[in-house]
Amino acid sequence: MIEIKFLGRGGQGAVTAANLIVQASFKEGKFGLAYPSFGAERRGAILNAYARIDQIPINVHQQIYEPDVVVVLDKKILQMTNIIEGLKSGGSVIINTNRIPENLNFDGKLFIVDATRICLDLNLVISGWPVVNTAILGALSKATNIVNINTLVKTIEENWKGEIGKKNSQACLRAYEETYEVVLKNLVRG
Amino acid sequence: MSIIEEKKGVSSVKVVTANEAVALAVKCAKVDVVGAYPISPQTSIMEYLTKYIETENLSMEIVRVESEHSAMAVAMGASSVGARAFTATASQGLLYMAEMVYWVGGSRLPIVMAITSRAMGAPWILGNEHTDILLPREWGWMVLFPEDNQEVFDTIIQAYRIADKTLIPVVVGLDGFILSHTTMPISIPDQSVIDSFIPKDVPKPYALDISNPFTHGNAVHSNLYLEFRYDIFRTIEESEDLVDQVDKEWEKITGRSYGGVIEEYLLDDAEVAIVIMGASSGDAKQAAKNVREKYGIKAGVIRLRSIRPFPVKRLSRIANNLKAIGVFDRNMSPGLGGMIATEVKFALYDLKNKPLVQSYIGGLGGKDVKIVDFEKIFTELKEIVDGKVGVEKVKWVGLDLAAVDSYFEEV
Repeated sequence: MIEIKFLGRGGQGAVTAANLIVQASFKEGKFGLAYPSFGAERRGAILNAYARIDQIPINVHQQIYEPDVVVVLDKKILQMTNIIEGLKSGGSVIINTNRIPENLNFDGKLFIVDATRICLDLNLVISGWPVVNTAILGALSKATNIVNINTLVKTIEENWKGEIGKKNSQACLRAYEETYEVVLKNLVRG
Repeated sequence: MSIIEEKKGVSSVKVVTANEAVALAVKCAKVDVVGAYPISPQTSIMEYLTKYIETENLSMEIVRVESEHSAMAVAMGASSVGARAFTATASQGLLYMAEMVYWVGGSRLPIVMAITSRAMGAPWILGNEHTDILLPREWGWMVLFPEDNQEVFDTIIQAYRIADKTLIPVVVGLDGFILSHTTMPISIPDQSVIDSFIPKDVPKPYALDISNPFTHGNAVHSNLYLEFRYDIFRTIEESEDLVDQVDKEWEKITGRSYGGVIEEYLLDDAEVAIVIMGASSGDAKQAAKNVREKYGIKAGVIRLRSIRPFPVKRLSRIANNLKAIGVFDRNMSPGLGGMIATEVKFALYDLKNKPLVQSYIGGLGGKDVKIVDFEKIFTELKEIVDGKVGVEKVKWVGLDLAAVDSYFEEV
């Protein structure tokens, strides 16, 4: 079973991202379960969404404490919380950022993508917030191959018909191309 | 067992939240009238239904009202003339609705209501807890409690069949947020399958008819009220077999069944078992597997699918082979214990070889209940069997006593 934790801020679409990854995985014959963490949801507030993917149906509902993958939808979250808390050894972290994060060091792989820039270029903006969820899923696919990029694009275009679906699938594809791995320095393995 | 498959002309597959599974089931049940008032975490059920009406030209009517009390009154009015009716609520909404919920129970109207469980204030809270779902068990309603999104869909359909047959309204409970907002794949049977399972042209002796005028719910003297209550009592009591039977009939046409009143998990050789209901049952089952592998504890799970009728017969049969039962209640009866623990003890008291029963309370207000919590309960139950620890009135799971102390110091 693969456990993914999405860290986002209200309005960026973290919950939808978790749902889409389950829908796409199901297309590939895998089972999944996605759910948000809950509080007084409001725009801009930090929130978590979770997804579990497996070859067999999943019925575990506890929160995810030791994720295999952490997806960060907003670079400001790096200052707000310890994003690598509980990350499994050898796990992956994917961050939406335009600069390589300093002082981030862990036993695993780090990938970055400027999903905000992609969304601004494509005008994927709602009420002033770049909605980076579909772009970050492209990055997730590139970094982990949990789900194939073509399946993701198909899933996105099924969820949103017409131009808006096209824009989102473009964001996903562009992020897939632009995601790269950052080599972690001074890594102390323990 | 939950089978999710797509067969041309037989079923289709969708990836949905449990709230959307409720709405899809209500649509497939061809409900005529819905009384609607929003409250978290139920609101999206009504949002999905209005979306279907707008995009799919359904003949269903959603009546938007000013309160939950009126939402149930709408369902009651519709059902009184023989229409198929539905509503949904949670938490404070149910409390405000309570008068009408009780009245519908007494009126024997086959309404189905979804309750997405949520703790109740004060203090103000959104998180999951089962106390609200359990209240209507005393109000003349049956109460069913599915575990996952597929079962939520299937149980709403089963509930209409049970309600139409018994003229007892049915609550279908689902865990607020941890199920209502969780996305999972479900299989939706072909409409013709559902139509034949819950036909709308069933006998409706209660339906008001202007060509044959009568009233119901009118005043009775004390020489009849007891008799009305007795008939509700025995109808629900005798429905234990019906809930089993309806689940089996559903399996014949869909391939899915859930054990009727109780899903029995790894109980064949079990020595200790947890009684639980709802979404966290999956975590308890995982814990049973884990402690079997790690410690060789013969652990199993008794998942209550039906709270009313309370499955006294089945539970007694299962309990006969067990040495200790831990009842995990996501609710509480203040000063006494968990509500379900109280009922389990009542049900088993007359058994000759009764197991020890330990009440556990946890997860109130949405506090996360983890697989390790259930592993710990299994380990403790084994210690109880071995005489290493005793049974206490209640044991609390995940309680932060330091927080309790500091709060009361401050006030």
